[in-house]
Amino acid sequence: MSEVTRNKLNRREFFSYLSVGWIAFTAACAGLAGMAFRFSYPNVNFEPEMDFIAGRIEDYEEGVDERWKNGFGVWMVKEEGKLVALSNICTHLGCVPNWMPAELKFKCPCHGSGYYTSGINFEGPAPRPLERYKIGLTPEGTIKVDKTKLYRYEKGQWDNPNSFLSV
Amino acid sequence: MKELINYLADPIRSFPITCVLYFLMMKYYKVVGTKKFAWIAGTLFFITAGMFAMDPNFWLIITWPDNIPISILILSVGFLTWFTLYKCAENDKRIEAGECPIEALPENREKVWAWPNLVYTELFAIIAGTAFLIAWGILFDAPLEEPANPTWAPNPAKAPWYFLGLQEMLVYFDPWMAGVVLPGLILVGLIAIPYIDTNPKGNGYYTFTERKMAVSMFMFGWLVLWLYLIIVGTFLRGPNWTFYGPFEFWDFHKVVAEYNVNLSEFFWVFGLKQALPGNLIIRELPGIILTILYMGIPVALTFNSLNAIFQSIGESKNKFLNITMIAPAFKCLAGIPAFIEKTGYIRYYIYVYLAVIMAMLPVKMVLRWLFSLKYIIALPEWELNL
Ligand code: FES
Repeated sequence: MSEVTRNKLNRREFFSYLSVGWIAFTAACAGLAGMAFRFSYPNVNFEPEMDFIAGRIEDYEEGVDERWKNGFGVWMVKEEGKLVALSNICTHLGCVPNWMPAELKFKCPCHGSGYYTSGINFEGPAPRPLERYKIGLTPEGTIKVDKTKLYRYEKGQWDNPNSFLSV
Repeated sequence: MKELINYLADPIRSFPITCVLYFLMMKYYKVVGTKKFAWIAGTLFFITAGMFAMDPNFWLIITWPDNIPISILILSVGFLTWFTLYKCAENDKRIEAGECPIEALPENREKVWAWPNLVYTELFAIIAGTAFLIAWGILFDAPLEEPANPTWAPNPAKAPWYFLGLQEMLVYFDPWMAGVVLPGLILVGLIAIPYIDTNPKGNGYYTFTERKMAVSMFMFGWLVLWLYLIIVGTFLRGPNWTFYGPFEFWDFHKVVAEYNVNLSEFFWVFGLKQALPGNLIIRELPGIILTILYMGIPVALTFNSLNAIFQSIGESKNKFLNITMIAPAFKCLAGIPAFIEKTGYIRYYIYVYLAVIMAMLPVKMVLRWLFSLKYIIALPEWELNL
């Protein structure tokens, strides 16, 4: 073996360097990808509670009540002997409609869908009525609204006894 | 006067007006594409704009920071459209006289290097653009609003200006249509143009006579369906996405009586005077049949027997048919077999389906205005509405 060839990297050495380098590169990429993935999740979660106690039946007057709208995104509507918890998410594309007391309707600012106090859609592009949340009484007699369970009118779920309280 | 303009600006009236204006512009492009026309139209435009700007409500709308890009856009698109027509008119006159287009003259065919000729121009464009944006950024504050809140939305809640056309489209369609399918098809269609369009006419030079169909279809989609909707969405939609005329005050309590009805209700309840059938498919059958028929149009156009009818209408000498462009349109349809022969069925179907789907937007807008029709097929149970 001459001096010249010994100074060069031999095949075995080359491959061990290559594999170390390759592993390091892969690890760096994986680390970056992991960080990027982690970054897409929020550090603090401001999700509102999914269920809450909404006072007592006597607290509500006939009509639409907005007291839980900002905290929980729920309108309490007392009408025709029923108290229901109406979702405030437009069924068109998910904007937040406004309650318009003078016109007695919910009106969406995004594409102009309108809903009656009952939640039934009548104008604009909304394809179906607002959803109801599960509503029930606790043993102490307070109202409990559970937002994990939805009741949809067009599926005939508004007859479900969990979707309203008789008052 | 202001009342009249407010009245005319309502999409129900301004959309047909825009279509007619567009049609006139394309029909008389040789008149539009002259310098004299540009001077007159430009002066008139600025005089009217100045008069409009005296109105406080109009002034408020056009100087709203979000809306300034639209004002710039109206000016630049107006100019560029005129410029194209001007170039087209120039070339078409030469082509008619049997000469070559201006771009093909020997002195215009001389080639230059990209560096420095092109790169310098680009560099200056970049610097000018940056300077403009900096000046704008200093002069106008960003229209920032309060922090986002999931239980509250601003009223009106508007998308960025370049998406206002899509938002306006959403008024007529279900989100999956106007938010996913149609924008997706716009992109796919634009990408597909070079593959569908194998006609070498118009490559490297302006012309309208040689590419009537292609140019007018693209310009209709761009000017009428895209820009017109952006302008409506920007200037004419106020709180609750209600229509407000350009001189109208944005009164949050403007009430518009509107009641939208699905086709199924029209058919079963108003037509046959019975309750909606319980079975979803039967309930929506009228809409489904109509949709299938509509989607069958491109296939039907290839039938020979229909072609003969198109031919005879296309060749008719009736004045009315010719002035309203009905006869030329039919002549176009009669050319379909030749078109298929040249390009093949696959290209034909892709092209015509893109056109048919694009036409769905004006069709649905008109149906909404005339009949308050909400959805042709309404299957909210399956989240499927058309
Ligand atoms: S999101 Fe409410 S109307 Fe479109």
